[in-house]
Amino acid sequence: MTRLSITDLGMTYPGARTPAVDRLSLDIASGELTALLGPSGCGKTTTMKLIAGLLTPTSGDIRCDGQSILGKRPEDRGVVMVFQNHLLFPTMTVAENIGFGLRMRHVPKPAIAARVADMLDLVRLPDLGRRKPAELSGGQQQRVALARALIVQPRVLLLDEPLSNLDAHLRLEMRDLIRSLQKRLGITTLFVTHDQEEAVVLADRVALMLDGRLCQYAPAEMFYRRPADVAVARFFGGRNFVPGHALGGVFQSALGPLHLPDEAPEGPGMLTIRPESLRLGAALENSLSARLVGREFLGTQTRLRLSVGDVMLDSVQSPDQVAGLEIGQSVTITLPRSSLWVLT
Amino acid sequence: MTAMARDPLALRSLRVLSGIVLVLWLVLPLVPLAIWSFARGWRFPALLPNGWTLEAWRYALSDTSGVLDSLWLTLWIAACATGLSVLIGVPAGRALGMYRFRGKAVVEMVILAPVIVPGIAVALGIHAVFIALGLTNTVTGVILVHLVPTLPYMTLVMAGIFANHDPAHEEQARSLGATPVQTFWHITLPAILPGIIVGGLFAFLVSWSQYILTLLIGGGRVVTLPLLLFNFAASGRNDITGAIGMIYILPGVVILMLTARHLTGRNAALGGGGRL
Repeated sequence: MTRLSITDLGMTYPGARTPAVDRLSLDIASGELTALLGPSGCGKTTTMKLIAGLLTPTSGDIRCDGQSILGKRPEDRGVVMVFQNHLLFPTMTVAENIGFGLRMRHVPKPAIAARVADMLDLVRLPDLGRRKPAELSGGQQQRVALARALIVQPRVLLLDEPLSNLDAHLRLEMRDLIRSLQKRLGITTLFVTHDQEEAVVLADRVALMLDGRLCQYAPAEMFYRRPADVAVARFFGGRNFVPGHALGGVFQSALGPLHLPDEAPEGPGMLTIRPESLRLGAALENSLSARLVGREFLGTQTRLRLSVGDVMLDSVQSPDQVAGLEIGQSVTITLPRSSLWVLT
Repeated sequence: MTAMARDPLALRSLRVLSGIVLVLWLVLPLVPLAIWSFARGWRFPALLPNGWTLEAWRYALSDTSGVLDSLWLTLWIAACATGLSVLIGVPAGRALGMYRFRGKAVVEMVILAPVIVPGIAVALGIHAVFIALGLTNTVTGVILVHLVPTLPYMTLVMAGIFANHDPAHEEQARSLGATPVQTFWHITLPAILPGIIVGGLFAFLVSWSQYILTLLIGGGRVVTLPLLLFNFAASGRNDITGAIGMIYILPGVVILMLTARHLTGRNAALGGGGRL
């Protein structure tokens, strides 16, 4: 069980003007599964390689249980990184791949064979030990890569886009496997992804990175309900932002006065509400009259474009709820108090 | 060209034809050599020698001719030059193939230079330096000067290999607990071995067929097989020249047969061989 602490981690590639990772601080509790979320090129993989020791940071520190691991070589860190494209060694069999880490540690052969067999069971691939990686499907390769990392019992496990190369149904299966193995073995795990859905369903906590900088680090639900700023809200599908001023639990803007939840910050800022939280129909408070200016069929849902004066709002509703609505028609909408938030 | 490639019959006959031409081209000139080595007198208009004898072979393989001593010496020099070329060419090829650095174009030029500049010009310059270092007339000096033509081949082949080499497997191995030495041995070496074999083969054969450099630096004291062969050819002993010639081509044929499967061009690792 290992607590991973990253403080003020910075990394600038030689010749680059802007840092790839900019003063990143993360504290990952022992046994926790954390997602490092961000668009491609935001410094996620660089962060992983810094933790794994494959790159050297320009500033900051990385500690396992309080002890800095920066001076240690990759093979001595107890940190194992699983790369995005599995990277199974093509000349070795599946069993040899899985046993690689133990072989490098000079574990006796019979012991390796026994552990490899255990790992093959664990990732539900018994009987495939003698195959070559090229003979496996993508999902199977990913599981072998996972087994190869877990067999050395790392203190910290790093997974780079563990689900990105898989088909939809395999993603689900792999997600459950990672989740259950991680809980069972209790390994502190950090995984990188650009897919917010993947981060939300898999991780205990999510760290959102934009442009090499940590934007918010919180349980997944908070990114929807209490985003830290407009960029975070946008990344998680937020579309409604109204400038104004919060004072005494009321937000004043072009929408008129709206009641805020008690814990909302005060002062000038942006009012935000998620498209799916906006309701059709009237209520006791925060109801407005709007005009329907556009609709878009999304399959299981319908997106509505609503105008309140000059302000445009996006709303997502179930198709049967909006069946009778015509473009140009005026509708009453409600912005429930608990769904509002102010970004300062 | 594309039309022909689409027609399997035309393609096959082209392949057969080129095979025949290649065999004739390579083997036909060797036939008189082989006949000479067994001939007892063979004068101009006669199609075949007057008689047959093993005399030339007996002489060539005797202690007095020095052919066997020369054979071992040539093998030793070629093996050393190849070994050194691998030791220098692999890291140099890695640097050229995988990394960008200041002055890379200059380094590439310098490495390519011996292939472009006539060997004799290079050798004359080196000769002056080697005299000062006391390396002339020594086997060591000859081995070192053989590196001038062998190293470019080795380095360029390895640069091509490394240009296609993904270092991610090495990073993965390190992360799984392999030391740098273990990583090289278990991951890098298997990946680049075809390149080492092909580059080493080139280096060996280039060293094996060196004449001018050996003559100049060895000063006639280091008598490798091509020097000996030339001596007999110049003295008009066609029968002995034929016998030594047959011995001389042997390693090339053996090496070619042993490594042919690496040379077919089907090997993925060699895909980038033509990059530089």
